[in-house]
Amino acid sequence: MLNPIPEPAHLLVVDDNKVNRMALSRSLEVQGHVVETAENGREGLEKFRSGAFDLMLLDIEMPVMNGFEVLEACLNDLDLRQIPIIMTSAMEELDAVVKCVELGAEDYLTKPVNPILLRARVNASLEKKRLRDEQRKLFRTFATKEVAEELLRTGFSLGGQLVTASVLVADIRSFTTIAESQDPSDSIELLNQYFSMMFDAVTQNGGIINQIVGDGLLAVFGAPIFYEDHRERAVKAALQMLDQLKVFNEKQLAQNKTAIRIGIGITSGKMVAGYTGTHNRAIYTCIGDTVNLADRIEEYTKEALRPLLIDAYTREGLASQYKVEDLGKIIFKGKNQAVNVFAVMGG
Amino acid sequence: MPVLDLNTFNTLKESTGADFISELIDAFLDDAIIQMDEMRTALDANDAETFRRAAHSLKSNAATFGATDLTALARELEMMGREKNLAVGNRLEVIKEAFELVKRQLNELR
Repeated sequence: MLNPIPEPAHLLVVDDNKVNRMALSRSLEVQGHVVETAENGREGLEKFRSGAFDLMLLDIEMPVMNGFEVLEACLNDLDLRQIPIIMTSAMEELDAVVKCVELGAEDYLTKPVNPILLRARVNASLEKKRLRDEQRKLFRTFATKEVAEELLRTGFSLGGQLVTASVLVADIRSFTTIAESQDPSDSIELLNQYFSMMFDAVTQNGGIINQIVGDGLLAVFGAPIFYEDHRERAVKAALQMLDQLKVFNEKQLAQNKTAIRIGIGITSGKMVAGYTGTHNRAIYTCIGDTVNLADRIEEYTKEALRPLLIDAYTREGLASQYKVEDLGKIIFKGKNQAVNVFAVMGG
Repeated sequence: MPVLDLNTFNTLKESTGADFISELIDAFLDDAIIQMDEMRTALDANDAETFRRAAHSLKSNAATFGATDLTALARELEMMGREKNLAVGNRLEVIKEAFELVKRQLNELR
């Protein structure tokens, strides 16, 4: 296992110098990769956009569009910025190389390129890309592409940030009773179907799933990426959940299976958001009164006999087409001040 | 200074495959003649930027093959182009001679 043979990768070599192009692409082909070439920056960028490449080797000094411009265009492109770019340059251009690496290039090689260094840097970059791709796949099951990219970009630094966002808490009514009355595998199957509906509703409205505990879930809208309309997004997601659940229940009942009812509580305001845990295991989460209140309000749906309840600040963020009913001020356990609760109609 | 650093040349040959080196030598020799022509034309037109670019490419390729002497001469001309100093004296003739030596040795090594 000293030198694991890497998977062949699809590489792009961009260089205006023919000898460089030939020597680099041939060396990489000898190492088992599939290589395409481009003669200038613009051609390189076009090829990079249209083909599924795993890595690009990019010269800095080129006509038409130089390496800087290509690098910047790639880093600003959501689909391209995860593909590693290794800058190739002459010794005398080290200042330029440093600038590229600061901008976001994965690595660099000086010309003439040493074949051993070439192999090592290309393989290391491909391996890092493979790990990032796995991470991204994992993230995407919990969040939208945009949120997943933001999380990857900002990294996993532990530590909080004060954000203004909306929190959605959803829970299945008497799931324990349902679980006790049927086969365990049926319960898991039911939960999986339920969560896949709920996840879609959250991610389609720009939210991110923060926690799943048993049959409950907590989603946040407006963090880590801020949305001006985070309150409306949360309510939209909740209404979508209720709509889809209605369709789901009709199908369940038609097959003589269990129907499920849920309660949803939404609150908005300031909260601390960030990664908690250790460097080995961390989750993105939200903490604060706003989050606790969402739990309480969700609990209150049982008493209020309404599936979707929100607080006053969330209500202020809704356009007039949303019909809400004022349920008055409620005093929740552990809170000194009464909270004005609203039921959202429809759904 | 040696005409060709055989260590660099052999590494290049091994990494690109022995059957490929002849093709690579051809590309280098053909392009070097074009680059030297470009330098001459740019010099006559007092175009320092084109002069610098041609010298830069020649330097880069010479270094790839381990042509130490040729690399040093091309680097010097590249620097002069960068500094907009085109008082190159007989350096284009000198570099042509250095190139001929490299060409002879490369042809022997094919």
